[in-house]
Amino acid sequence: MNNITAIWEANKAIASFAIMGLILLFVGMNQSWALALGIFNMSLISAIMALGVNIQWGYAGLFNVGIMGFAALGGVSVVLIAQQPVTEAIDVGGMKMFLSLIIGAVTVITGVVLNRRGVNKWLTASVVIIGYLITRYYFSEAAELIEKVDPAITGYLGGFGIPVAFSWIVGGLAAAGAAWWIGKITLGLRTDYLAIATLGISEIILYVIKNEDWFVRGLKNVYGLPRPVPYEVDMQQSEWFQNIIAWLHKSELQLLTQSEQIDQLGDYVREAAVVFVKLCYSGLFIAILGAFIILSNLALNSPWGRKVRAIRDNEVAASAMGKNIKRQHLQIFVIGSAIVGVAGALLVTYDGIFIPTAYQPLRFTFLIWVMVILGGSGNNLGSVLGAFIIWFIWIQAGPMGLWVVEMLGNNMQEGSAFLEFIEDRVHYLRLVFMGTILLLIMRFSPGGILPEKNKEL
Amino acid sequence: MAYLKGKNLVAAYGVVPILHECSVEVEKGELAVIVGPNGAGKSTVMRVLLGMLEPTSGSVTLDGNDISMLSTQDRIAQGLAFVPQTKNVFPSMTVEENLQMGGFIREDDISKTIEEVYELFPILYEKRKQLAEELSGGQRQQVAFGRAMMTRPSVMLLDEPTAGVSPIVMDEIFSNILDVRNAGMAVLMVEQNAQQALNIADKGFVLVSGRNEHTGTGKELIKDREVRKKFLGG
Amino acid sequence: MSDSIDIINAFALLTNFVILPALSYGSQLALGALAVTLVYSILRFSNFAQGDSMAFGTMLVILISGYMISKGWTITGFPTAILAIPLALVGMSIYLLLMDRLVYRHYRGIKIKQSIVGITASIGVMFITGGIVRFFLGASAQRFGDGERFIFSVREFKAFTGLQQGIALKTSQFLTITLAILLVAFLFYFLQKTKTGKAMRAYSDNKELALLSGIDPDKVVRITWLLVALFTTIAGTLYGLDKGFAPQQYHLLLLPIFASVIVGGIGSPIGAIAGAFLVAFSEIFLTYAYKKFLIYLLPLSMHPNSLVQLIGTEYKYAISFVILIIVLLIKPTGLFKGKVIVDE
Repeated sequence: MNNITAIWEANKAIASFAIMGLILLFVGMNQSWALALGIFNMSLISAIMALGVNIQWGYAGLFNVGIMGFAALGGVSVVLIAQQPVTEAIDVGGMKMFLSLIIGAVTVITGVVLNRRGVNKWLTASVVIIGYLITRYYFSEAAELIEKVDPAITGYLGGFGIPVAFSWIVGGLAAAGAAWWIGKITLGLRTDYLAIATLGISEIILYVIKNEDWFVRGLKNVYGLPRPVPYEVDMQQSEWFQNIIAWLHKSELQLLTQSEQIDQLGDYVREAAVVFVKLCYSGLFIAILGAFIILSNLALNSPWGRKVRAIRDNEVAASAMGKNIKRQHLQIFVIGSAIVGVAGALLVTYDGIFIPTAYQPLRFTFLIWVMVILGGSGNNLGSVLGAFIIWFIWIQAGPMGLWVVEMLGNNMQEGSAFLEFIEDRVHYLRLVFMGTILLLIMRFSPGGILPEKNKEL
Repeated sequence: MAYLKGKNLVAAYGVVPILHECSVEVEKGELAVIVGPNGAGKSTVMRVLLGMLEPTSGSVTLDGNDISMLSTQDRIAQGLAFVPQTKNVFPSMTVEENLQMGGFIREDDISKTIEEVYELFPILYEKRKQLAEELSGGQRQQVAFGRAMMTRPSVMLLDEPTAGVSPIVMDEIFSNILDVRNAGMAVLMVEQNAQQALNIADKGFVLVSGRNEHTGTGKELIKDREVRKKFLGG
Repeated sequence: MSDSIDIINAFALLTNFVILPALSYGSQLALGALAVTLVYSILRFSNFAQGDSMAFGTMLVILISGYMISKGWTITGFPTAILAIPLALVGMSIYLLLMDRLVYRHYRGIKIKQSIVGITASIGVMFITGGIVRFFLGASAQRFGDGERFIFSVREFKAFTGLQQGIALKTSQFLTITLAILLVAFLFYFLQKTKTGKAMRAYSDNKELALLSGIDPDKVVRITWLLVALFTTIAGTLYGLDKGFAPQQYHLLLLPIFASVIVGGIGSPIGAIAGAFLVAFSEIFLTYAYKKFLIYLLPLSMHPNSLVQLIGTEYKYAISFVILIIVLLIKPTGLFKGKVIVDE
């Protein structure tokens, strides 16, 4: 018995991943390969996000409650980079919008400078207010003009029309910028302030995205974002792909008549195209996730990383040794947020549409948190594992809950009010379930599944 | 038999031994001082006497009764009072409220005891409506003493009452301590300023590495050549 | 519309659309902020579950008052929700004490950064609470007020004063302001004058010394949660009577509430109240469209043709955040010196 525990302890990481892989294989064979790959890909994206959060939380104990905001910045950059520009909108309102933003920026800078110089507060305030009013005047005019341009299809400025891959970098940079600003203000103060400020900034980012139609179309969503991988339709029509599928299913097809063969092959090809495209994404995400893990492990073993660990393990001693904790924390916070931004960009790239309302801040922010803590905070592989487990549960908990309810409901009258009520609401219990998982891990296994060595929460 | 007595105390923090068969005692109306170099276990003795740290062996007796098994709160109810070295007042409460909190566990009328504290430290009466954080260092120390006296203790334990204060304030605090002693209490204190403390002490314990190195009256210890050389700087 | 300058009507307008709403919103925030301050002072962490707890308390009120209405246990003209509060309070107290027993208590006993573990745990509790509320009431908005809507309506006010611009005092506004004053008075009396209240302050001030003085920490924590239940339930109910109940809305109240607490100075009850009113007035003053107000005040030639709204209504939560950031930049201790701005 002891032997088994020892073997399990030694190979926990491999074993856990193997089990997770088997579960996904099971889903693929029993439900569908498209579903299994869908879960797999979303788990990969979640894993990248969890990695970013793990860097912040596990390496430095920094509390980021605004993960969805940073992810949304990544999503926005996909739209702004990859979409074609809407020339008509730029012609009517682009210049004015640009001008208003410039005036706005000048106002802010002037305000800051005047404040630093210690100029009379009332004077500073009135300069800022007047600047703000001018900005707002031009801004609302420009926004109105832009939003009037073919509102059903565009009504916004569009993007730069550059290959979508650039948006991943831009998304990371945008998130890093926001993080730098927030970190600059709140790091060095109480831990809670960072948490509260990230919550605030993410809410505001989402409000801006939802309400400024001229920017990324607000609640009207942006459809048909360019892809980095082939389209299913193209795959179905390419001959080599059909040939491969025909060859793969050779034995089954031989048994059929000519016309049946064509129909059946068509089905196979359609199915295979979906799986193939998803596999392309999987490859892409695995490459990016792998690169991040390797980079962060390299960083952790560099002199920089040793400093980070020294601070993590004993903040007081590190501070006494003259290490600048605030600067270190700022770096980590920015890096972590940048990774979350990249993941956010990947998410929108994968979906192919940008839906602002999909960023339910606390719900999904929280999922990422549970992933990190379940996996083992401070451990990169743990975060990846946590991402797979939690995303799987999140997706399958709904159907499983319904299934349980239906089993219970077998004894009840079909369509009874009580049953309907439960069916309608059962998915909210996922929140309760996830909250309970978080609290249970915190309490009984604070290290998570794959605990980081020499690390206390 | 001394009033409060810690006998042959052995204690450790985890696996690190701190005290080795160390004994201290104090009578009513007497001021005893524990001095010694840093890390000698002075504050640990105090923690053991108060029941904040469980000794590996040894006993604590109060007026002949063994109190070794009692919790800190019960020992306070039995007549022990403690003034910590730092954070020894409730800063955002008034002087009077600090005293009331000192008498929190008492069910009877505490106003008489408050009067007594004011008699002992008249300045506190003047400042009774002020917040403790607004007082000077010496006055705050008086509040701390006053708070501890609210349970009408028979023994006062003081942990480095003069740490980090100016010489003038130090004199003020020592004179306060003598007032407390003269009120009939047994006072046992840990001190860094060995010279001054021994000057006013009735009894002194010199601790080194958790062992009693020298014991005697304050005067004796000051005169002792070895003690002077080692701890009093000549 | 007259073209003369009409100061009285202008201020009647402002009172009706800005001052009264801001006063009642500020009172609701203040009660929520006091609950956060209490938890912070005693348990040393920022309670992220506050918004959802308010939703939970309101849920109890909605369920109980619904039952009372169905049984006809109502008082004509008076919101049944208010009558349901005492019973809801019992439920809320049990829920919070249970959460403390199951979740928070464990961490108090171990040496650990209370602020970090407290936030994480309270986020867990937040999700459980939010999930339960949505399970029972769904996620969509609903109203649960019954009884008279107004103490006096715009029409009655106009008839009484002869002014062109009316002021209405909604029952919910009147109740909010009255109850808030009573509760705040009660809290300050309790903290300043009673032995238990003083013990709470002592515990908040200096935990070690409070223990040395024989103050029972478990009792202090228990009383704290009972007070939190009181403030949370009433704040949630009043907010709901005023603006309707929607779980997500309540959840987001976290932002203005935290802003109030930090702006006022974390850990300071007076600061929490001042912060709440500052946030509420800023939100409403900045998002109000001043067109009509200026038309009353300015000669015809200067009448504005736009709405004259400083910030779009959709950004009202952003305002509390901006206030928060400004305070953190200029005076991180808050207006009324708060407890600590760096971790202990």
